[in-house]
Amino acid sequence: MTDRPHLAVIGAGPAGLAATLAAAGHGSRVTLIDSAAEAGGQFYRQPATELHARRPQALHHQWQTWERLRDGLHNHVKAGSVQHLTEHHIWFVERLPRGFAVHALLGPEQQDPATVHADAVLLATGGYEQVLPFPGWTLPGVLTAGGAQAMLKGTLTVPGRRAVVAGTGPLLLPVATGLAAAGVEIVALVESADPRTLLRQSRTLAAHPGKLGEGVLYTGQLLRRRTRTLYHHTVVEAHGTDRVEAVTVAALDAEGRVRPGTERRIPCDTLAVSHGMLAHTDLAESLGCRLDGTHVHVDEEQRTDVPGVWAAGEATGIGGSGLALAEGHIAGNSAAARLADTEPDPGEWAAAAKSRTKLRQFATALDRVYRPPAHWTEQVTDDTVVCRCEEVTAGAVREAVGALGAGDLRTVKLLTRAGMGWCQGRVCGPAVAGLAGCALTASRRPFARPVPLGVLARAGEESAQ
Amino acid sequence: MTSPLDLADAHPGPAFTVTLDGRRIEALPGQTVAAALWTAGVASWRSTRGEGRPRGIFCGIGVCFDCLVTVNGRPNQRACLVPVAPDDVIRTQEGTGHDD
Repeated sequence: MTDRPHLAVIGAGPAGLAATLAAAGHGSRVTLIDSAAEAGGQFYRQPATELHARRPQALHHQWQTWERLRDGLHNHVKAGSVQHLTEHHIWFVERLPRGFAVHALLGPEQQDPATVHADAVLLATGGYEQVLPFPGWTLPGVLTAGGAQAMLKGTLTVPGRRAVVAGTGPLLLPVATGLAAAGVEIVALVESADPRTLLRQSRTLAAHPGKLGEGVLYTGQLLRRRTRTLYHHTVVEAHGTDRVEAVTVAALDAEGRVRPGTERRIPCDTLAVSHGMLAHTDLAESLGCRLDGTHVHVDEEQRTDVPGVWAAGEATGIGGSGLALAEGHIAGNSAAARLADTEPDPGEWAAAAKSRTKLRQFATALDRVYRPPAHWTEQVTDDTVVCRCEEVTAGAVREAVGALGAGDLRTVKLLTRAGMGWCQGRVCGPAVAGLAGCALTASRRPFARPVPLGVLARAGEESAQ
Repeated sequence: MTSPLDLADAHPGPAFTVTLDGRRIEALPGQTVAAALWTAGVASWRSTRGEGRPRGIFCGIGVCFDCLVTVNGRPNQRACLVPVAPDDVIRTQEGTGHDD
C-alpha cells in the first residue's frame, strides 16, 4: 500500500473533505491534515466530543452533506486508504527534490513538531474574517461574527445576552439566527449593503434558487423573532469601558457616507461584526504559488502553477461551502489521476465543473452587493487602535502615510509596527491598506504560524540530511 | 430561556473546578478555556502591553491572538484553542505575561 502515490490534503473543511474522498476513491493514498480535533473546518465545526451533543444538527444547515462527508471519511480511514491527522498546525510546506515535506506543530500547545512527506499537496486552507476598525472595536464583547458562530458550534457557548450583529455579507444572517436559536436576544441586525444594489444583481442571484432560499429562510426566522433589521446602515462606534455597553449605528447615503443626524444608540453587551472573508494563502505563498490578488491562482483542474500543488475552496477565492465542495472534488480527481501518471478525464467531474462556474458567478454577484461602506475610513478617529497586536492607532498610520510618505503596507509596518505583532497583520492588513489608500496585497509571511526556535532549528537539520 | 447546551441537546460529564486569578469557577469537559470563562460571565482575560487595555475573544478561531491567557504558569496560550482541564490555574495575562 505504501508504494501508492501519496497526496497530503491540508485542511479538513468542505474543500479538503471533498478532495480527500475524490482522491482516495480514485486510488490515491491520502493523508488529511487539519488543526482541529475533528473534521469539518469552520463551516461544519462540530461540538467537542466530550460535550456529548445529541442534536448538533440544530447548529447547522446542509447537515446531510456533512453526514455524507463524515461517513465517507470514516469509511476510507477504516479501509486504510486515508489517514486523518488531527490537531496538526501546519507552519510550512517545503519543496524537496522529490515531493514535499509538510511541517506541523502538534496539539493546542504547538510546541512539538511532526513532519509528513508526500508526493503532492492539496491546499484547502480556507479563510478567515475581515473586520474593519471603528472607534471601540477593541472592547471586550466586540468579536467577529464568525468567531461567535465558531464558539457556538464548537463549545456550545454564547458571548452575551443582547447582541448586535453588524457589518456586511451573507454570513450575518446565519450568525444572527444561530445566536437567536441559542437564546441570545438579537437587538439589531445592521447591514451596510444597499438593497437597491441587491436588486441590480437580482438576475444573477435568481439563477441560484437554492442559495436564495437559504436567505429567505434566515430572513423569515428573524422576522418571526421581530428582529430589527437595518439595511444600508453601519456601526460608527462601540461604547463602554471594560466591555461593550452600547453601539451607535447610522444610516448611509448613496455614496456610502454616514448621513449626519441619523445616529442612534442601541444598548447591547455583544457586537458580532464581519466585513467579509479573506483567504489563507500563507502556505501557497511560501511554496511560490502564483496569487491573483489575495487568493491562489488555479487552472481548470484546480492546479496551482507549482507542479504537484493543487488548491481548492476559499483559498482560491471566497465563494462559500458549495463552491468549496465542487472545487475540492475536481482537485481530488485531478490529483489522483496525475499522481497515477494518467491524464485526468474532465468528463468525470462535469457536474462539479458546472456547479463551480455557477457558484463563482453567484459569489461575484454577492461581492458586488456586500461591500463595506465606501468611505468607512472617515469614521475611524485618529485615536482608534488599528493594529490590535501592536496597539498602533489610525493617527500613527495616517502620519506614516501623510508626513512620511509611506505608500504600501510594508513601509507602514516598518514605520509604525502595524502588522508586526502576533497575528502578523492578518487582522489589520485590510484596515491599514484602506487608510494608506493602497491595495491589500499578500504579505509573504515565511511561516504560517509562530514556530518555536528549537523546532525551526531541528527542521533545518532534518531537511539538510 | 434556551441555552446552547439545550439547543444541541448536550449531555456533558460533570462540571469541574478551575481558578481564574484565584477565584474558583466551574468548567465542563470539552470546553476550551475561553468557553469556560464566557460561561462564568468573564469577557476579558488579558491586558495589553502598551495601554493596559482589556481583551478577550475576537476571532474565535486562533488567527488573531487577542485571547492570550496564562494557563498553569504558561503565558500566551490562545484561550479559544486550549481545552480546559480540572484544577487548571488560569491567570489574567498582563502585557507579555513574562513580567510576573
